[in-house]
Amino acid sequence: MTDHGLTTQPAAANASVLTHMPGVAFMLILLFVAFATASPGFATLANLSNVVLQSTILLIIALPMTLIIMTEGLDLSMGAVLTLTSIVFAAVLLPTGSYAVAFLASSAVGSLFGAANGWLIAVPRIPPFVTTLGTLGIAQGLCLIVTDGQSIVGLPPQLQLLYAGTILGVPVPLVMAAVAYLAIHGVLYHTRFGTYVPALGGNREALRQAGVNDSLVLVAVYTLGGFMAGVAATLLTARMNAAHPTAAIGMEFDAIAAVAVGGTQFERGNGWLFGTLLGVATIGVLRNGLNLLAIPSSVQVSCVGLLVVLALLVDGLRSTDE
Amino acid sequence: MTGMETTAASPRFVMSGDLTQLFYRLAAVGLICVVLSFLNDAFLTINNLLNVLRQASLVFFMASGLTLVILTGKIDLSVGATVGLSACLAATMIKSTGSPWLGAMVGIGAGSLVGIANGVMVAGLRIPSFIATYGSLWIVQGITYYYMAGETIYGFPPGFRALGSGYALGIPIPVYLMAGFLFIGSFFARRTTYGQQIYAIGANAVAARLSGIPVNSRLVLVFIMSGAMAGLASLVFLARLNSAEGDIGESLTLPTIAAVLIGGTSLFGGIGTVFGTFVGALILTLILNGMNLLAVSANWQPLVTGAIIIFAVWLDMATTARREASA
Repeated sequence: MTDHGLTTQPAAANASVLTHMPGVAFMLILLFVAFATASPGFATLANLSNVVLQSTILLIIALPMTLIIMTEGLDLSMGAVLTLTSIVFAAVLLPTGSYAVAFLASSAVGSLFGAANGWLIAVPRIPPFVTTLGTLGIAQGLCLIVTDGQSIVGLPPQLQLLYAGTILGVPVPLVMAAVAYLAIHGVLYHTRFGTYVPALGGNREALRQAGVNDSLVLVAVYTLGGFMAGVAATLLTARMNAAHPTAAIGMEFDAIAAVAVGGTQFERGNGWLFGTLLGVATIGVLRNGLNLLAIPSSVQVSCVGLLVVLALLVDGLRSTDE
Repeated sequence: MTGMETTAASPRFVMSGDLTQLFYRLAAVGLICVVLSFLNDAFLTINNLLNVLRQASLVFFMASGLTLVILTGKIDLSVGATVGLSACLAATMIKSTGSPWLGAMVGIGAGSLVGIANGVMVAGLRIPSFIATYGSLWIVQGITYYYMAGETIYGFPPGFRALGSGYALGIPIPVYLMAGFLFIGSFFARRTTYGQQIYAIGANAVAARLSGIPVNSRLVLVFIMSGAMAGLASLVFLARLNSAEGDIGESLTLPTIAAVLIGGTSLFGGIGTVFGTFVGALILTLILNGMNLLAVSANWQPLVTGAIIIFAVWLDMATTARREASA
């Protein structure tokens, strides 16, 4: 195990912090001020805690998405897999009544999809966007086949406590999101595995030369993504107290947007987990503010898209400056 | 002069390599037909076969434009959303003016505009094509939903509807259109300088740039063609359905990409033909038509299409690796 190429990672991460901190923070503050001015209901404690609560599901899937994008990858299937795992969670919870079994089932299905994505990308080396586009179709198809296009309802009312309840006064989703953030932060910045992740994007060949099983790392990163979709599915199902076959279709776009806005690059393995947190906050503020201004969700999607293009544009201008 | 010779030599090489690939795919078409005709009596009827061709034509219009994009080594994930926007704008135009020609201009124009935006993002701003066009997918879809506000536009003049559901000499009109665009597309890709440059960019973008090919403007061109073909497809789709809704193009992205990939066009650029995409559209439509005849729920379609996408790329990579190993 040589440290070749890996020692440069902290420096790269620092550079990422320096160059991207102003951009995403500026965007967040700008949106915040704009919405606070435009809508009196925005800058209230009740609304802001609502923004935080609503952003937890997005954060839980945006965290592994950051790692995936750092490997120069992408997971377009995450919204569909989140929907599928939500259906699995509900479908297992309904007859068994056991939250543990339901969670095991949903996280297993999520992990399975993640592992399949990772294997297809790592071993036959099918490009990530087309692999996950294919598994998106498969997951979406399974959602429809399992439910026949219907919602799964009649779940135990206690399930709602998972989303609406508190632990020591802190809302449960917030606790889950915080644990997820700290865990992935720990893995990415304080383990050897974490140093391999950006190295996969930066220089996969060097990583292999250094004796690392690069395919295994890639499979692990995508499996983490699927697993986290299974985790987020519990919150999604609890929030709606039902599972719907199109519930989170397209949510991967918000996750990718949050990662991109947060300053993680689609090339070269430059990424920044805290940036993703800010990115999720930015998307959350944007969507909530537009909601308060009664702007339809279709236009919100367009706005998120424009935000991504803007972020990539700024990113592109920066890299040409260097 | 030497430059002319090398560009003229490369397609012949690709052509011969593609020929065996094409043979396998045509054999697959034959095999599917034989199996389906045994499984279901309704399959081998003139009506059903014409219906398959008609359905294949819709996929082909979108997929032929996308083929040019993929030949350059890029991707356009926004084709389905573009069909939606074009269809809704064209529908409004036809309803308000009564003129299918104005509607056609608006539909194809809107598609071309999306293509320009994609091309500028990819060639000008250097955003990776899969992320740029994925972004425009959602932007365009958002615009369409907002514009339609949940409304449906329906009831078009019979003259326009003939474009989708009419017959001439017993053959559906879209099939003639498909034959026309198959010829034009193949000629453009194989026999024009533009087409040769598109292959060259896909084979090696750096070499293409160094040999004086205007890579950026050709990239913008292929995205415009992809958008314009999506616009054309939207017209045929509109004429066939006789109604337009905001989500009209949503389910078309996966089949379009699947048709191009199963048709033998390599995701990595430089290899593939428009005719291959026609065969790909045929294979995909036959499979979906067969499922329909065998009373398999339409819920299975995204799953099957997704699996076909992965299988097609896998097959392409495996055969390419073997060809390279034997070379």
